[in-house]
Amino acid sequence: MTILTKIHPNTYVDSVSLMALSTRANQLDGVEQVIIAMATEMNKEVMGNVGLLTAEISTAQTSDLVIALSVEHQEDAAEVMERVETLMKEKNTQTKSTGNEVFTTIEVAKTAKPDANLAMISVNGKFAAREARKALNNDLHVMMFSDNLTIAEEVELKTLAHDKGLLMMGPDCGTAIIDNIGLCFANKVRQGSIGVIAASGTGSQEISVRVHEFGEGISQLIGTGGRDLSEEVGGIMMLDALDALEADPATKVIVLVSKPPAKAVEEKILARAKELTKPIVVWFIGSELRENEKNVHFEKYSKKAALKAVELAGIDLAKLDSHPLNLPLIAEVQQKLVSEQKYIRGLFTGGSLCDEAMFLAMESFEDVYSNLSRDKQHLLSYSDASKHHTFIDFGADEFTNGKPHPMIDPSNRIERFKVEAKDPSVGVIVMDFVLGYGANADPVGVLLPEMKAAKEQAEKEGRHLEIIGYVLGTELDAQNLDEQIEKLTSIGATYASSSQNAGLLAREFVMKGAKQ
Amino acid sequence: MSKISELFTTEPVVISLGIEAFQEDLVAQGVDATYLDWTPPGRGKEAILEALKIIETDTLQAKIAAANEEAVSRITGSQVFLTGYDQAINVVPGMKKNMILHAGPPITWNKMNGPMQGAVKGALVFEGLAKDLEDAERVAASDEIIFSPCHEHQCVGSMAGVTSASMFMHIVENRTYGNLAFTNLSEQMSKILRMGANDESVITRLKWMRDVFGPMLRDAMKLSKKGIDLRLMLAQAIHMGDECHNRNNAGTTLLIQALTPLIIQTDYSISQMKEVFDFVASSDYFSGPTWMAMCKAALDAAQGIPYSTVVTTMARNGTEFGIRVSGIEGNPWFIGPSQKVIGPMFAGYKPEDAGLDIGDSAITETYGIGGFAMAAAPSIVSLVGGTIDDALQFSVEMREITTAENPNVTIPALSFMGIPSGIDIVKVMQSNTLPIINTAIAHKEAGIGMIGAGITHPPVEAFEQALMAFSKQYAENK
Repeated sequence: MTILTKIHPNTYVDSVSLMALSTRANQLDGVEQVIIAMATEMNKEVMGNVGLLTAEISTAQTSDLVIALSVEHQEDAAEVMERVETLMKEKNTQTKSTGNEVFTTIEVAKTAKPDANLAMISVNGKFAAREARKALNNDLHVMMFSDNLTIAEEVELKTLAHDKGLLMMGPDCGTAIIDNIGLCFANKVRQGSIGVIAASGTGSQEISVRVHEFGEGISQLIGTGGRDLSEEVGGIMMLDALDALEADPATKVIVLVSKPPAKAVEEKILARAKELTKPIVVWFIGSELRENEKNVHFEKYSKKAALKAVELAGIDLAKLDSHPLNLPLIAEVQQKLVSEQKYIRGLFTGGSLCDEAMFLAMESFEDVYSNLSRDKQHLLSYSDASKHHTFIDFGADEFTNGKPHPMIDPSNRIERFKVEAKDPSVGVIVMDFVLGYGANADPVGVLLPEMKAAKEQAEKEGRHLEIIGYVLGTELDAQNLDEQIEKLTSIGATYASSSQNAGLLAREFVMKGAKQ
Repeated sequence: MSKISELFTTEPVVISLGIEAFQEDLVAQGVDATYLDWTPPGRGKEAILEALKIIETDTLQAKIAAANEEAVSRITGSQVFLTGYDQAINVVPGMKKNMILHAGPPITWNKMNGPMQGAVKGALVFEGLAKDLEDAERVAASDEIIFSPCHEHQCVGSMAGVTSASMFMHIVENRTYGNLAFTNLSEQMSKILRMGANDESVITRLKWMRDVFGPMLRDAMKLSKKGIDLRLMLAQAIHMGDECHNRNNAGTTLLIQALTPLIIQTDYSISQMKEVFDFVASSDYFSGPTWMAMCKAALDAAQGIPYSTVVTTMARNGTEFGIRVSGIEGNPWFIGPSQKVIGPMFAGYKPEDAGLDIGDSAITETYGIGGFAMAAAPSIVSLVGGTIDDALQFSVEMREITTAENPNVTIPALSFMGIPSGIDIVKVMQSNTLPIINTAIAHKEAGIGMIGAGITHPPVEAFEQALMAFSKQYAENK
C-alpha cells in the first residue's frame, strides 16, 4: 500500500467540514482511503487503526491539518493528492443560490402573499377540487383548467364561490382574460369595452380576436367551463359574471358564448340578461336564432356576434373591412374540384371552432358526422373512420387522454390528416391553427410538410386537394400571425380570415359535388 | 365593492399550480405569479385524502387552529429552568433499580439494534446487574429487566437513550406550567455508552460520572437559588451560532460559565474540579442533553390539548421512529421504520457501517431548534449539503409545516425570524414536507460508537397514521 501524506501546519478547519470533505475525497477515482483531519491524538489513533499513521503525522501538532491517503496504484498518488487539495479549495467557494422561497400549499403561499387574488389550477382532476376549495376559502378567485371533476364537485365549488362572491372559472376552463392578462389558452388582444362570458374556450378566443380586429377590445373575458349551462350546474357562474360585468364601469357591451345550453338554464340566463342595462350579444353556437328582445341581441355566427358587439360599443361598421366571402374564389375552387370530391373533412384543435364549422355544414347538408354530434346517428367515436362530411375535435377527452392538448401536441391530427388527404371523395380539408398563450410555438409549421406533400400527391393523382386553414390569432400574439399565414399560403392553402368564414368557405367549396 | 369588481380594478396576483407552461405565460405577461411546488397531498393516497376531507371542514379547521395556537403558545411560552442534578432512581417518576430506559417508542430486547443492545449491556454491567458483557446479554434477554421508553418517564435520552437507576440526571422545571423533565449527562467523547460502546473505558467513565461529576453538579446546583434560565440561555446560544442539536459550542460555554461559580463553592478537591472542567472542555457537546430536557419540559406542557394537531414527541429507538400528537386521546405512538441518516462520516467509516436513525434528540426539532434552526449555525452547514443558502432554506421551509414562530428564540440571519415551532401533522401531509432532523450517526454494531452526523427525516407512515387517527377521533365527535 502506498501512503502519501501532507501536512498543512497551523491550519484549522472544523471537524464537520472535514468529515464532509473526507466523504467526498473518498469517492475520488483511484483512492483506497483518505483521511483529512486535524492532527489530534484521537485522529492520530484513528489513522493508526487504518494504517495511515506515518512518522511525520505522529509528530504533527493539534493545530496542523493532515491529509493522509492510500491509493490503489502508486503512480496515481501525486495526482490523487492534487485532486484532494483541489476539493479542499472548492469547498471554500462553493455556494448555491436557492432563489425565491418555494411554497407547497395554497394557504402558505397566500399567507406569504396576502395580496394574491387568483388561483390558477391545472393539476390532475382527481386533486383539483380540493385545491379549488382551499383557494376559495382563502378568498382567491379560481381559474381551473383541470377537468374530470364530478358534476357534484362543480356544483359544490360554484355554490361556494357564489356565496363568497368569488369567480369560479371552470372546471375545464381553458380561456380567460382578466385585467388584460391572458390565462391558460388566450390571445393577446387590445383592452377595451367588451366583456365576454363564455362556456366555450375557443369560441371566446374567436370573439376576442375578431373584436380586436374590428378595432375594439376586451374588458374582461370570463370562462365558466363547458358544463356551466347544463341543467345540474344551472349557469351559476354565467349569472354571477353577468352581474359583475353589469357593475363593471369599463364594460359597455356583454357577449355570451356557449354551446346550446339546457333549455331551462337558457331561459334563466336570458331572463337575467333582459333585466340588465347593458346591451348583450348572445352567440349560442348551433342554437336556433331567436328574435331580439330589449337589450338582448342574438347572433348565429362568431363574426356576426363580434361585429354586433363592436357596433354596440360604438364602432362604425361602414368603415370596417368585415371580410365578406370571396365569391370569385369560391367559383374558382368549385371549378378545380371534380364531382366525386363531395366531402368536407374538418380537423380541429378547438372544440367551438369545430362546432361552428360543423353547424355551418349542417345548414346545407344532412350527412354531417362528428365526435361532437348531438345525435347518436351522426356521432363518431375515437376509432371510427370518417364518413361523408366529418368534423373532428381533437381536443375532446377521448383524444387527449394521457396526451397534451392538440393545440400543443399536433401528433394525432397529423396522422389523421394523412389519411383524409388520400381519400378521393374529399374535396376540402379545413383546419384551425390556434395562436396565443399556451399554444404551440409554430402551429402551422408543424403541419406544413404534411400539407405540402399531400397537395403534391393529389396533384400527381390528378385531383385538386383544397386545404383551408384558419389561423386564430392577433398580430400581438407571440407566434407571429403574418408568418403563420404566409406559411399556410406558401403551399397553396386557402387562408380563411375567421372561424365563420372557414366554415362557410368549406361548405361552399364542396357545394358542386355535394349537390350532385 | 364586490370581490369580483375588486379583481377587475386591481392587478391579478396569482398563485398557480399544475402546468408549468401556464405559469411561464403569466410571468411573460409580467404577472406577479407564485408557482407552487405542488404534489398531491398525502402523496395522493386515498385514505389520507379522505382523512384530510374530514379535517378540512370549516368547523373542525377553526377548532384545530385555536387548539394549535394554544399548544404552540405553551411551547414557546414555557420558561424552563435547570434546577438540579440527581440520580435517576431518586427523581425519575416510575424509575426502578431493574429498569432500563431507552430512546424512542417502546421496544423489546430482541428488536433493539446493535447500538442500543450495546448500551443496555454496558448499563447492566455498570449497575452491577450483570457480571460482564456476556452475562449482560443473558440478563437483558431474561424478564429480570424492565425496558421502558424515556419519554414515558418525563425523560429524554440521547442516541440509545439508555438510562439506568444510578445515573445522574438533569432536573429541569417548566416554571410556567409546573412540570419537570429529566435527561442523562453527556458522556462527551465518541466512544460512549449512548452510542452503543460498552468496553472498560466506557464503564469506568460512567462510574466517574456517578461518583464525582454527578455529585459535584448536584451539590453545585444546590447553591443556585433561582436555577438557570435555560430558555434564555438557549436563545443566546442560537445567536452565538449553535443550532443546539449538533452544534453546542456556545451553549456549552454558556452553561459551564453559569455552573463554574457554583462548582468552585463545593467541597470537592481542586484536582477533582480540574477533572470536571477538563471533561467538560473535552467536547462541545456538554450542553446537548440540557437543551433536550428543556425542550421536553416545554413540549410536555402542550400535550393533551383537544383538537390540537401539533406534534409533541418525535423519537426513535434505532428500529422504529415514533411521534405523538397533542390532541390524540391516550397519547399513543404512531410509528414507522427508522430512516438512514445521510451525511459526512468520520474518516475510515462508510455509509454501510451506519446504524439507522436513533435517539430522543429529535425533541430539539420538535421544539424548533436543531435541523429547524440550521440557519443559525453556519459553521456546520456541511451537514445539509455544504452551503449557507441550504441552511437558510431548511429553516424557512420548516415554516410550511409549523404553526407559528417562537418569538423568544430567534435566528439573526433570517432577520430574527423566530424558530419554526409546533409541527402540524395536517400541514406535513398537505405539503408532503417532512420535518428535517440533523443528528449523529452511530455505528450499526454494538460497542463502536459515533461515526458521523447528518440529516434525516421521519418516516411518512408515522404522520399518515397519526392523521388518520386524528380524523377518526374527531369525525365521531363533530
